[in-house]
Amino acid sequence: MTDIFGIPLQAFLGQLALGLVNGSFYAVLSLGLAVIFGLLNLINFAHGAIYMLGAFLAWMGLTWLGVNYWWSLLLVPLVTAGAGMILERSLLRRLYGLDPLYGLLLTFGLALIIEGLFRQMFGVSGQPYPVPDALRGATNLGFMLLPTYRLWVVAASLVVCASTWFVIERTSLGALLRAATENPKLVQAFGVNVPLMIMLTFGFGVGLAGFAGVLAAPATQVSPLMGSHLIITVFAVVVIGGMGSILGSVLTGLGLGLVEGLAKVFYAPASSTVVFVIMALVLIVRPAGLFGRDK
Amino acid sequence: MKNRMPIVLLVLAVLGCLAPLAGLYPVFLMKGLCFALFACAFNLLIGYTGLLSFGHAAFFGTAGYVAGHFVKVWGWSPELGIILGAATSAGLGWLIGGLAIRRQGIYFAMITLALSQMLYFVCLQVPVTGAEDGMQGIPRGHLFGFIDLSSDLTLYYVVLAIFLAGYGLLQRVVNSPFGQVLKAIRENESRVLSLGYDVDRHKLLAFVLSAGLAGVAGATKTIVLGFETLTDVSWEMSGEVVLMTLVGGMGTLLGPVVGAFVIVSLQNYLADKVGAWVQVIIGSAFVLCVLALRKGIVGTIAARLQPKAINA
Repeated sequence: MTDIFGIPLQAFLGQLALGLVNGSFYAVLSLGLAVIFGLLNLINFAHGAIYMLGAFLAWMGLTWLGVNYWWSLLLVPLVTAGAGMILERSLLRRLYGLDPLYGLLLTFGLALIIEGLFRQMFGVSGQPYPVPDALRGATNLGFMLLPTYRLWVVAASLVVCASTWFVIERTSLGALLRAATENPKLVQAFGVNVPLMIMLTFGFGVGLAGFAGVLAAPATQVSPLMGSHLIITVFAVVVIGGMGSILGSVLTGLGLGLVEGLAKVFYAPASSTVVFVIMALVLIVRPAGLFGRDK
Repeated sequence: MKNRMPIVLLVLAVLGCLAPLAGLYPVFLMKGLCFALFACAFNLLIGYTGLLSFGHAAFFGTAGYVAGHFVKVWGWSPELGIILGAATSAGLGWLIGGLAIRRQGIYFAMITLALSQMLYFVCLQVPVTGAEDGMQGIPRGHLFGFIDLSSDLTLYYVVLAIFLAGYGLLQRVVNSPFGQVLKAIRENESRVLSLGYDVDRHKLLAFVLSAGLAGVAGATKTIVLGFETLTDVSWEMSGEVVLMTLVGGMGTLLGPVVGAFVIVSLQNYLADKVGAWVQVIIGSAFVLCVLALRKGIVGTIAARLQPKAINA
């Protein structure tokens, strides 16, 4: 077996692949945060809780109603998006025009409520979610064996991120969205229903978090605590990347996942802090973030 | 307003001295006072400088660990432990604050949260904190080497003195020229900058001061309870201090004190009754406050009293 820096190649690549899987979740979640932030000027603290909710909806669907993985992958994002839109209409709308910090605090409260409810129902232990039959086993990539499900997570995330990029950057709907981000009043004056757009955008961002949750369910244990730790790392990812560009969010997410994987290979205790250290370094060298524009 | 300052402090002191006589448990009161000081320190940033630090548990908990370690392992007297703990937190505040003030608004909150989470992982992994078991059996010891603190009541008056000193300091700072600049930064940062003030230095100084006082509160709490756990450096604790300040009233001196006692009483009352529902209740309190009570209890009362004062 070949070694890299004294570490067996297979273990090295395995950790990298796992890092890429985590990076995919960072990418999808930070993309959702960035889309919401662009139009609503709001950091959705409940993003992690909704990711957890997505995973639990998939689990509950399978266990209680017999809804299989593929249907969950389609339905759960729609359900979470619907819940998100109701939330936007009923609560968040009241905070527009106030200091954006209130939005952060409100969604923080919502995150506590959602997480608390699931802790009350399921405790803190994880529920197993089986990998769907079609994605069991491992794929031989020629130089390594990779569990097929991990490959699927990375591929599915990339497809979703690429489609989002395409819609926002290359379609007329996306052009309206970008215009509304720059100047909502002017866009509304042109007869575009901006409040509806805000609602749909929030729903879409939240739906992305639900989608990530379903993807994560078979890859990790479905636990009420899975969201809160992840979301703080995703915040660091967002600070590092800056929320200016979609491509930037995705690249930063994937890149940091890889870095975390590397850290796990070389010095495992550092893997939980390496993203934050990188954030500190980026703040010193380039405060606006790698892809950010200073506002 | 200025001439009312000593009166408020005096009333707080009298109330504080009388509270144990009214039958309230000293340990509960001490816990309340520690959180009140923590919230007051936090309020210097959110209420008077307009900076939302979502990582203040880092300073609260670190000082607790430092004080606990030196008092327990090195046999330091409690006041030295508290001073060292607070100094450590102030130093940490200089580092974290220095990084966080490079970004504004919502990013500031995310950076402080992320950096405090990093500290959480460090506390989880280094052996000195006892990781998930926490640091146990920290002795209360003797204040200045000769005042025995094992009696709850003696310790209570010491904690009250520490709280009043911290509160008095914050009152003084808020009403000083430095405090006026902080408020100006909250209202309009670019204008303060254009007037030639070094905004970043003011922000950093406020951050260090706030971190140091949060450290005093955290270290004192450790001495009072005799243990220190990861809870105190967790993001939940950072959120709790935000809630205390929000409930009481951001940007009022008295608000965080009221808010801290409301939340600590609520937790005491609910602890053995509702289990995991506590988190749901805390979350709902957040949502309610943000939607309906943005000025907080003290802020709302003050706003009610204001028109009358003008008419009179």
